[in-house]
Amino acid sequence: MATHIVIVGGGLAGTIVANGLCRQLGEQLRSGEARITMIGNTDTHLYQPGLLYVPFGKIREAELFRNQRKVLDNRVTFNIDAATNIDVENNRVTCESGKSYDYDYVVIATGSRIRPDTVPGMEEGAHWFYDLDGARKMRESLRNFEGGKIVVNVNVPHKCPVAPLEITFMLYDYLKEKGVMDKSEITYTYPIGRLHSLEPVAHWAVPEFDKYGIKSETFFNTKEIDPAAKTITSEEGSTLPYDLLITIPPHTGSQVILDSDLGAGGWVPTDREKLLREGSTNVFVVGDTTNIPISKAGSTAHFEADTIIDNLASLISEGQWARHYDGKVFCFVETGLSTGTYVWFNYTTPPNPGPPSQMLHWFKLAYNRLYWLSARGLL
Amino acid sequence: MAERTKIDARGAFCPGPLMELIAALKLIEVGDEVEIWSSDKGSAKDIPEWVAKVGHEMVGVENMEGYDSIVVRKAK
Repeated sequence: MATHIVIVGGGLAGTIVANGLCRQLGEQLRSGEARITMIGNTDTHLYQPGLLYVPFGKIREAELFRNQRKVLDNRVTFNIDAATNIDVENNRVTCESGKSYDYDYVVIATGSRIRPDTVPGMEEGAHWFYDLDGARKMRESLRNFEGGKIVVNVNVPHKCPVAPLEITFMLYDYLKEKGVMDKSEITYTYPIGRLHSLEPVAHWAVPEFDKYGIKSETFFNTKEIDPAAKTITSEEGSTLPYDLLITIPPHTGSQVILDSDLGAGGWVPTDREKLLREGSTNVFVVGDTTNIPISKAGSTAHFEADTIIDNLASLISEGQWARHYDGKVFCFVETGLSTGTYVWFNYTTPPNPGPPSQMLHWFKLAYNRLYWLSARGLL
Repeated sequence: MAERTKIDARGAFCPGPLMELIAALKLIEVGDEVEIWSSDKGSAKDIPEWVAKVGHEMVGVENMEGYDSIVVRKAK
C-alpha cells in the first residue's frame, strides 16, 4: 500500500513541498511506494509579493501569474476542489465536491487571507494592495491623486511584515516623480511603539522618515474608519483625517481551518521546530497557516517547506527525522523605487539590515523572476 | 473562570511579542487572559505601556530564567 501524502493548499508553501518531495522521493514514486496529492482552490498560481508594484504600474499583471499545473511536478496529482474539512483524527480531507482523501501524512498549507470586513468602514473607506483587485483600485486612485493627506495604516496580524514600510517609501518616490509630493503629506501608523516590529529596521526607518518628511503615529490599532468623514480612529483614542487611506488589512487563516476546529483565528497550533501540529505525528503545518510567532512571509514558508521536505522524505525512506526548523527568515526590503536592502534572522540570531543600495534593489527585481524557480523547488 | 491563552514568543524577533499579544487579544473574549513569554527585554516595559494606553488590564509580569512571563486580561 503506497504512503499517501496529501498537501492542502496550492500557494508557495504547498507547491515547494510538493515539488521538493518529488525530487527526494523519486524512487518511491516510481515504484508506487508513495504518492502525492495536492488539493487547491484554483488553477492559477499568484506571485503575491509582485502585488506591491501594481499600484505604481511597475509590473505587468501577466508577470504575476502562472498555471499551477505547469508549476507543479507532473508526478503530483493536482485536484482543484476546495477542502472543506480536515479530519486529523481519522486522517481524511473532504472537499467541496464531496470527494474525500485518506492520507498517511497531510501537509496543511492553507495560508492566510485579508479581512478588511472585520474593521468597520475599512472595505468602503480604504485601499489595499494585498489582492489584485485592491491593487488595481489603488493604482487608479494614485493616478487620479493630485495631492492631500495620505494615511498608510498597518493592522495586526498581517503577512509580509516589511511591505508597509516598502509601500510608504515607494509611495513617496511615486508622488515625488509625479510632482505632487509638495502638495501631499504621508502619515504612517503602526500598532506598536516603533515604526517596525524588527527593532533595527525601526531604528533605520526613523531618520529615513525624517529625511522625506514622512509623519508617523505609533501605538495605533484601528478601531473604525468613517468613509464619509474620511477619518480613521484607533483603539488608543486617536483620530486622523485622510484624503487617501492605504491600509494593510488584518488577516485570518483559512476558513477550512476554522470549520475543522484546528485553531483560533485559522492558525494551527504548531511545534516551532518539528512543524508538526501540536498533538499529531502525521500532520505537518507550513507557511502562514502555523501559529508560530514568526513572520508570515514567503521566505518563512520556503525555509519551513525545505525542512518538511527533508523530514517527510527521511521518515518515509529511512524511518527517522532529518532536522529541525531554526526559524530562518530572509526578506528583501524595497527602500524606494530604486534602492533596497535585506534582512535575515532566525530563532537565535537577531536581524541586522545593511545599508540600502541600488544593487540590492536589482537583486529583488531579479528575485521577482527567480520566484518561479523557488516554487518549482529548484532554488 | 477566565480562560488563558499561552504564547511562547521567546526568540520571536518579528512580528515580536507585542504584535503577537495584540493579535491574540482579538481572538479571545472580554475577561479572558493572554500569557506571553518574551525573551525581548523591552517587552516588560512596552507591553504594560500599550496595555495602559489601550485600556486592557495588566495581571502581572514575572521574571523567569532568561525571559519574562507577562499576563494581560482583555478588558473591552
